[in-house]
Amino acid sequence: MKIIEKKVLADYQDTKITKLVILSPDIARKALPGQFVVVMAKEESERIPLTVVESQDEKITLILQELGFSTKLLGSFNVKDSLYALAGPLGHPTEIKNYGHIILVGGGVGIAEIFPVAKALKKAGNNVISIIGARTKDLLILENELKENSDKLYICTDDGSYGTKAFTTDLLKQLLNDTRHPMPYTLVYAVGPIPMMKKVTEVTKEFSVKTMVSLNALMVDGTGMCGCCRATVGGEVKFSCIDGPEFDAHLVDWEELEKRNRIYIDKEKHICNLNKL
Amino acid sequence: MGKEPIIPRELSAKERASGFSEVVLGYTEEEAIREAGRCIQCKNPTCISGCPVEIDIKKFIYQITQKDYQSAYLTIREKNIFPSICGRVCPAEYQCRKACVLTKKDSPFASEQAINIHFLERFIGDYGMKHSFQIPGTPHPIRDARRVAVVGSGPAGLCCAGELARKGIKVVVFESLHKPGGVLRYGIPPFRLPQDVLDFEINYLKELGVEIIVNVVVGKTKTLDELFSEGFSCIFLGLGAGVPSFMKIPGENLCNIYSANEFLTRVNLMSAYKFPRFHTPINIGKHICVIGGGNTAMDAARVAVRLQKINNIPSDVTLLYRRTEVEMPARRLEIEHAKEEGVKFKFLVQPKGFIGNDRGFVEKIRSLECRLGEPDSSGRRRPVPIEGSDFELDCDSAVVAVGLKANQVLTSVTPGLKTDKWGDLEVDSDTMQTSIKNVYAGGDIVGGEGTVIEAMGMAKKASKAIIETLS
Repeated sequence: MKIIEKKVLADYQDTKITKLVILSPDIARKALPGQFVVVMAKEESERIPLTVVESQDEKITLILQELGFSTKLLGSFNVKDSLYALAGPLGHPTEIKNYGHIILVGGGVGIAEIFPVAKALKKAGNNVISIIGARTKDLLILENELKENSDKLYICTDDGSYGTKAFTTDLLKQLLNDTRHPMPYTLVYAVGPIPMMKKVTEVTKEFSVKTMVSLNALMVDGTGMCGCCRATVGGEVKFSCIDGPEFDAHLVDWEELEKRNRIYIDKEKHICNLNKL
Repeated sequence: MGKEPIIPRELSAKERASGFSEVVLGYTEEEAIREAGRCIQCKNPTCISGCPVEIDIKKFIYQITQKDYQSAYLTIREKNIFPSICGRVCPAEYQCRKACVLTKKDSPFASEQAINIHFLERFIGDYGMKHSFQIPGTPHPIRDARRVAVVGSGPAGLCCAGELARKGIKVVVFESLHKPGGVLRYGIPPFRLPQDVLDFEINYLKELGVEIIVNVVVGKTKTLDELFSEGFSCIFLGLGAGVPSFMKIPGENLCNIYSANEFLTRVNLMSAYKFPRFHTPINIGKHICVIGGGNTAMDAARVAVRLQKINNIPSDVTLLYRRTEVEMPARRLEIEHAKEEGVKFKFLVQPKGFIGNDRGFVEKIRSLECRLGEPDSSGRRRPVPIEGSDFELDCDSAVVAVGLKANQVLTSVTPGLKTDKWGDLEVDSDTMQTSIKNVYAGGDIVGGEGTVIEAMGMAKKASKAIIETLS
């Protein structure tokens, strides 16, 4: 649970994305793309889920956007510091097989989450097209990593400071709309902020392309014990931790998830203010 | 019987509602002797048959009357290694006390006159803890390399670990959460079971040589096959009941509707009541509704009362139950405590749905009134909703305590492990061995939700079989 490498991947105005490499032989041996760990920074901390971005040689890599109190606290940790608790790998891994032509969409820190999936799907023989986007150039992460693991990489920024000035969903729509060939894509895999995943869902529904998303629901234990992470998928209540975290995007009740993820927004502000974070 | 039962001292309802201090203060020595003196020392005691681990109740009560507390401690510990825990959380009125000869015949639970066996057990457990009594059957030295893995550190796991360690067998307990204790830690609130009592019992196991490794999710971090290949000869699964059930009614995913497990875990395990010093938040409503009639519902309601009090919110906690008080599965003592603390009970009520605001937060609960119909398979009269009896209550926070289903995290990745139609593990009822050789199980993952002492009963049975297998 010791941090052996730390790197700030992006730092722009009040947004910071940090990479932590943590020694955890048991988890590193087991983690597969799409799985997550539950982390507690300190004894008094929350338990928060974070996607395992890479796992090799007894180490796992986590990439976090320092957004709320707990991620900011984690971001304040340094090399040689130890986490109080780390459990996993949790959730079902991504189904890795040869789908043929696929599109991966990553927005913001979600780029970190599509990276291991891109890598595995590329290795499985897929023709991988990746679309990554961020608010601005300085917040775009893992460009090279995605380039290496994609057959084609599209980049966009909201302000046009790098790549195309567009949203990821605009580029996605263009790709799906390309009528020069019969639409070849059999899977779209998207991770990013909820509004982005919601929009991806709208776009791909139009083209009837199977779309998988990894939900970022709030969790406590991460092992099915509490139901904090429940989401409505296809009219049924699912627990993101044990039934997911990936689900068919076309079946997810996005509005409910969006609201549930804001349950503690006031408490979050309070604790951040209190700690001057 | 001229002698009246001795009721142990308690914190007043006012004192207790403002914090998480233990409510029942337990007997003084003098009170314990008087209560023990009420026992008529039946020639053929019936109480022992009511105890899932068959403590020699008659004997230890006699030893109390003789002020021979050391022997009483040994008598209990021989059968039950956690007297301070069981003396607090056992539903004695459905077990030993119900079987006590002083309970009126055909009573659904123990009569008041029945000996307060559990309070005497607790007295002895606490006395032993305070006076560092020698542990009975000084542990055998660890005799060989054969090791047993115990999965889960709740009542079943800890009990199995203790029984094995007492026989000199090396045990490693794997716990998925960051602290050991299972439901004793995350579920049962400190005002019923103080954390230091739990810590004491866990430390006792460590002194016996039991190793406890937290943050290991067996089925995910390690599989059973991997445990075997790491050199464990046998595995005991005390996985617990696991996944909370919901009512499947509209609006149940609105914000501030918690499963009892989530609500209690946030408060007990994560100390959300100390937010922001502890970082896990919880939203405390002005009008909290708890749905259910079991001990978990009672715990949740009593936690809710305390959360409101701590936050200077006028107390308003309502418990909704489909049947009436007599059918409630909760312990009588807990029901009384909840009432004293101001929990309002609404019986014969079946929730129909929740209504929320535009931000997705719950505001009201809509329910139907019920009447009692014919008895169902549990022998209790079935609640029958009355058409058109809909009514609404203000409810800006709700806790759903309507039971648990088996957690499939381990079973889904272990094809050889046979489960019944509820997902619980199938075991041989004599040895508690599962469908996989050398893998045993006990507690709620076998046969569904039960009590702490029932879990320990199963764990003891399994430990016996494991010891036989190893020798």
